[in-house]
Amino acid sequence: MAAEKAEMDALKKECDGLRAQIEAARKAVNDSSMSGAAGGVASVGRVQLKLRKTLKGHLAKIYAMHWSADSRQMVSASQDGKLLIWDTFTGNKLVAVPLKSAWVMSVAFAPSGNLVASGGLDNMCTVYNIKAASPKTLRELDAHTGYLSCCRFLSDSEILTASGDTTCCLWDLETGKQKIIFTNHIGDCMSLALSGDMNTFISGACDSLAKLWDLREGTCKQTFSGHTSDINAISFFPSGNAVITGSDDCSCKMYDLRSDQEVIGYQDTSLNAGVTSLALSNSGRLIFAGYDDFNCHIWDSLKGEKVGVLSGHDNRVSCTGVPEDGMGVCTGSWDSFLKLWN
Amino acid sequence: MTINTLAKGGWNREQMACFRKMERVIVAMQDPDMGMKMRNQRLLITVIPHAMTGRDIIDWLMQKYNICEEEALHVGGMLVKYGYIYPLKEPRSLVLRPDESPYRFQTPYFWTSTRWPASELDYAIYLAKKNIRKQGELMEYEKERYSVLHKRINHTWDFVVMQAREQLRASKQRRKADRIVLECQEQAYWLINRPPPGSPNVLDMGLDKPNNFSSRVTLNSDYYKTEIENCKRALGRNRVKSSICLEGFVKYSEQYLNHDPIMQGCLPSNPWISDDTAHWTMNADMVPIPTRLRVERWSFSFVELLNDPMGRREFMTYLEKEFSAENLCFWQACEDVRHGENSRIVEKVEEIYKNFLAPGAARWVNIDSKTMDKTLEGIRHPHRFVMDDAQMHIYFLMKKDSYPRYLKSDLYKNMLAKAIVPQETKKSVFPFMRRQRHASPSPAQAARHGIEEDGQAKGGSQAAANSGGGSHT
Repeated sequence: MAAEKAEMDALKKECDGLRAQIEAARKAVNDSSMSGAAGGVASVGRVQLKLRKTLKGHLAKIYAMHWSADSRQMVSASQDGKLLIWDTFTGNKLVAVPLKSAWVMSVAFAPSGNLVASGGLDNMCTVYNIKAASPKTLRELDAHTGYLSCCRFLSDSEILTASGDTTCCLWDLETGKQKIIFTNHIGDCMSLALSGDMNTFISGACDSLAKLWDLREGTCKQTFSGHTSDINAISFFPSGNAVITGSDDCSCKMYDLRSDQEVIGYQDTSLNAGVTSLALSNSGRLIFAGYDDFNCHIWDSLKGEKVGVLSGHDNRVSCTGVPEDGMGVCTGSWDSFLKLWN
Repeated sequence: MTINTLAKGGWNREQMACFRKMERVIVAMQDPDMGMKMRNQRLLITVIPHAMTGRDIIDWLMQKYNICEEEALHVGGMLVKYGYIYPLKEPRSLVLRPDESPYRFQTPYFWTSTRWPASELDYAIYLAKKNIRKQGELMEYEKERYSVLHKRINHTWDFVVMQAREQLRASKQRRKADRIVLECQEQAYWLINRPPPGSPNVLDMGLDKPNNFSSRVTLNSDYYKTEIENCKRALGRNRVKSSICLEGFVKYSEQYLNHDPIMQGCLPSNPWISDDTAHWTMNADMVPIPTRLRVERWSFSFVELLNDPMGRREFMTYLEKEFSAENLCFWQACEDVRHGENSRIVEKVEEIYKNFLAPGAARWVNIDSKTMDKTLEGIRHPHRFVMDDAQMHIYFLMKKDSYPRYLKSDLYKNMLAKAIVPQETKKSVFPFMRRQRHASPSPAQAARHGIEEDGQAKGGSQAAANSGGGSHT
């Protein structure tokens, strides 16, 4: 027993030592601050977006939404047990997918537009073909031992999932089997985002850490700390060189991948609500963060200032998304409505 | 009154920040000078003081906040939904009726925020009182909950019954009107905090996540061994100076500013605003003539060029002129292996070998011998990433050599010159259909200045303008 404990202590010590060295290496390249770099950038002023459309149709809390790659269709998931696929331009519902389990927490649109996936407290990720005459279940991906918090398609052949069992997983949709399991988080995984080149992805978890993973090797390449509570939302900066996170500690942060450290935090003494979701405008300048206080607050990513707010929901903003063409931002809420703003 | 979660270090996260805001409204409503005028309401044969009608509430909200009836009904409805105002007739129907229905303010003692979260013990005492008083006439769901509680907190049951009896005795000594009021208040509190099955639970806080660290993961020696490997790998990575990285972000957002419709608008118009799909039509995957912004983006980075199907086609045309089109074809074929079906990898890799890598291949690509050897070795056991090194080599070849020359070429310059700069869509002829192209003042500002907007009637609120902007069922 004593020998085991001694071994554990030695390993812990080595681990701590390495972490301290990493911190030192990060400090060594930290020769500038964002306020310094963005000093000459013009302020965006007050950003006031107008409500353009309200999509009504769900009967219960909306938990997730995802834009299609065509920037016009969008899928939303609600605990009324339905996925709805919308034509956001006309406001029409194109397809309704009834779910076996109403406890859905995440939804995703495949880049091809042929498939959608959803999952939640059933611990499964179910993939549907929505181009068939009526939505057909293509695959039930059943191997996680915890709830499904997030899913994202790489193509019609592969999908990534994040789970409350602390792992993320890459699945082969042809066989329905797991290909790679990404383990390293010590808290429930809450969110993930895929890099543009699909070589890497980032995950945020309840252990307050954000991690960057190599999709080919299955290893964790970088770990970012700093948050003091669950990370609920995570996204890449459009250039692919930074990661933005949103947390229950009421703040968002930007971590730079190349210098391997936090570069700026987004928080305000008046904001005492947790961040549930976030999305960036196409230039990366604006961060739209959904909060528990029923609002979506807008941050200037370079200056770190709060520059606007989207108010109009009657309950928590649970999901936020900007389409590929950047036309505006969509917020989904527990009040069962989706709103489009720009 | 703030409600805090278990503060997990750092900021205290406030639950239901809306309560603070609602309480401000309620306090204003009860202001002796500017607040609501109350009157006595008759309930059967008893007179209940300090009550108001639904109509009164709506009128007061409209007047105080300069909002329209629809919004006043909405806000007032929320005050009832969260228990700050409760109905005297039909107490289980927590809606605000814009008529003579009587309502009363909930006493701060029973505000949800005062005792958060509502305790099981208090609920048990409440049900016990009801049980004794109405002589066992609890509703079905209340009976179920009562027996569940009885099992769960059985050890304090004597205390529960004793408290219930004591409270009932004390209330008997009050005037009938006061007693009824207190009973109504208490009932309203529990309708919110322990809603009947089927009614929406407005206090639902969502999934209860374990505090920070999952019980599934044991921090054993295996975990630390993996951590050490990860750390060693992470330590060895190349770190770029912050100043360079940060400048990169600034440059990126500046470069893409004109390509960000939320920041700068878009031409001819944003379809969400103008209901005109012209922008999407002009920027479809394949168009006869692309827009100028799109062609400009091709010069931002090689990735931008390749990601655009039209850009890729143009680049291919250029490479054909230079007799190096096989590079792009090879790259595309490798992409297909990486992102396509698992089952077709073997056949696709064979095709690639035949067309691009075999000695004397029709479209032989020029890869350095080291990479070629490694790739040929890997092809014997093909997998999704077997072509990665070769693909990377050709990618950088194109990026460093062909791409810069393409940007300087006549082909690109001509494309840029003839690219369309769309005209901004003329504003609609009908004034009441006209929508604001640019951002509008915030609701708070609009309320203060009573700004007339887009031909909406005076006194109409921003909310009305917002919902008028297009609600779809």
